[in-house]
Amino acid sequence: MDLILDGIREAFRIMASGDYSVWEIALRSVIVSGTATAIALLFGIAVGATLAFNEFPGRNLAFSLVNTGMGLPPVVVGLMVAIVLWRSGPLGDFRLIYTPTAMIVAQTVIAAPIVTGFTAAALRNLHPQLRSQLYGLGASRLQMLWLVLWETKLPLLAAVMAGFGGAISEIGASIMVGGNLAGETRILTTAVVLEVSRGQFAPAIALSLILLTLIFIVNLILTTVQQQERRS
Amino acid sequence: MRRWIWTGLLAVLAILAMVVVVGCGEEEETATQTPLAQATPVVTQTPQAEATATATPVERGPKEVILATTTSTQDSGLLDVLEPLFEDETDYNLKIIAVGTGQALAMGERGDADVLLVHAPSSEMKLIDSGAAINRQLVMHNDFIIVGSQDDPADIEGMTSADDAFAAIYDSEATFVSRGDDSGTHKKEMEIWQKAGLDPEGQSWYEQSGQGMGATLQIANQKDAYILTDRGTYLAQSENLDLVVLVEGDPIFFNVYHVMQVNPEGFDLVNGPGGAAFVDFMISDEVQAIIEDFGVDKFGQPLFIPDAGKDESELAPS
Repeated sequence: MDLILDGIREAFRIMASGDYSVWEIALRSVIVSGTATAIALLFGIAVGATLAFNEFPGRNLAFSLVNTGMGLPPVVVGLMVAIVLWRSGPLGDFRLIYTPTAMIVAQTVIAAPIVTGFTAAALRNLHPQLRSQLYGLGASRLQMLWLVLWETKLPLLAAVMAGFGGAISEIGASIMVGGNLAGETRILTTAVVLEVSRGQFAPAIALSLILLTLIFIVNLILTTVQQQERRS
Repeated sequence: MRRWIWTGLLAVLAILAMVVVVGCGEEEETATQTPLAQATPVVTQTPQAEATATATPVERGPKEVILATTTSTQDSGLLDVLEPLFEDETDYNLKIIAVGTGQALAMGERGDADVLLVHAPSSEMKLIDSGAAINRQLVMHNDFIIVGSQDDPADIEGMTSADDAFAAIYDSEATFVSRGDDSGTHKKEMEIWQKAGLDPEGQSWYEQSGQGMGATLQIANQKDAYILTDRGTYLAQSENLDLVVLVEGDPIFFNVYHVMQVNPEGFDLVNGPGGAAFVDFMISDEVQAIIEDFGVDKFGQPLFIPDAGKDESELAPS
C-alpha cells in the first residue's frame, strides 16, 4: 500500500518538478507515435480504398491479411525491422538502427494494418449507390475519393484513435529498434520498463500516469469531435 | 460542418510530421544529456576531470559509437555518469545498448556494435582469437554474491563455497531465480552448477527470467528466492529489496569487466576511431577515478573496483 501511495505522491512531485526528464520523454512518445499514425493513415486510406472499391481475385484473402495484421505482435515487428536495419542487415548502410526514425518505421508497421482495417471496413459500409451517384454528378476520381472520405470521417477518426493507441502503448518493437537510449529513443513505455528493472517505482508510476493521461486526452479530443459531428 | 476542426487536426498531424523530421536531425547532433536515472548514485565529479580531458578531435566519419554492454553496468547507474562525459570529451554520440553479455558479444561478432563492455572472459577470448574483436583492456571488477530472503530455507548463510551453497539450495528445493539469458552472470551461474556437479534445468523450483539483472532481482525479491547477482547491481537496488547477502568470498565469484573494440577491418560500418576512443576513455585515469568513487557516497563502498593497467593474473584470486 505504501508503495502505491508514495509512488503516486512521488509521481506528482516528479511531474511538477520536471525531474527525470519525464516531459521530454512524453513529448518524444507523442511525436514518434503521432508521425507513425500519420504515415499509417496515408497508407491505410490508399490500401483501404483499393480494397473496398475494387473487385479483384484474392480480395478476401487481402482482407484476411489486413485483419491478421491488426493483431500483429509488436515484438515480431520489432525483430523484423531490427534485422533489416541492423548494420549487418540489408539496410544497415543507412544507420537507422537505434534512432527515432527506426521507431517510427516499426510503429508505422504496427499501426498501418489497424488503420487500413478500419478504413476498408468503413468504406465498404458506404451506401453502394453513393459512388455511382457521385460519378453521375460528374465527380472526378480524386473528387470522388475526397467526398467519400469526407462521408466516412467518423470511422476514419476511430481508425486514427486505434492506430495511435496501438503505437503509443507498444513496447516490444520500440525497445528493440530504438535501444531505449536516454535523450534519444527513450519513450514512455520503454522508460517504464527501465525504471522498474532498476527498482525505481516512483518514476515508473509517474511515467505510467502521463502515458494514461495522454491516451485519455487524445481520445477525449477525438470523441468530442465525433459528438459534435453527430449532433450537427 | 466544422471544417476547421478537420483542417486543424490535419494541420496538427502535418506539424507533428515536420517536427519529427527536424527533431530527428537535431537529436542526433545535440543528444540531450538528461539521464533518466538520477536517483541512482551520482558521482561527485573529481577535479581532475577537466585537467585530463584531452578531447579527441573528430574530423570526419561516423559520429555514433554503439556500445553493447551488460545490464549490470546500466542498472547500477555507472553508465549514466560516464555517457555525458564521453560525449563531451569526444563529440561522439554514444549509444548504449544494455543487453546480456552473450547478446553483446553476438552483436560484436556481427559488427552491429563498435565497442563492447562485458564480463565473461572465456567467451570474450573467442572473439579475440577469431579476430572479431581487438584492443581488449581490463577495466574493473567486482564480485558475485548469493542473496536470498532472510528466512534462508536452505540454510546457506555464511557458507564460503559457492558450489556447497548451490548444492544446499538444490537439496532443499528452495526457489532459485536464474537469469537464463546467456549473460555473464548466467554463464557464471552455470559454471558454479557445473562445479557442484548438478543440473538444475527442468526442476520445478528453478526459474529462469530471461531478463536483465535488475529485473531478475525484483522477481527474486517478490518470490523470496535465491539468486546469484553481481554486487554492484544488488547494492544499487538494495533499498528496494528485502534480499540479504548470504554467501560471498568464494574465488569463483570474481567478476571482471573488459572493454574491447569490434575489429573495424572486418566490417565496413564499424566505427574504428570511435571504438578506440571509448576504450581509451574507460581506462583513462579520469574514468578510473570516477569508478573508484562511484557509489561510495550512497553505499559506503564502491560498486566496482577500477583495475586498468593491472595484471589480470595477479588480480584473479586463485
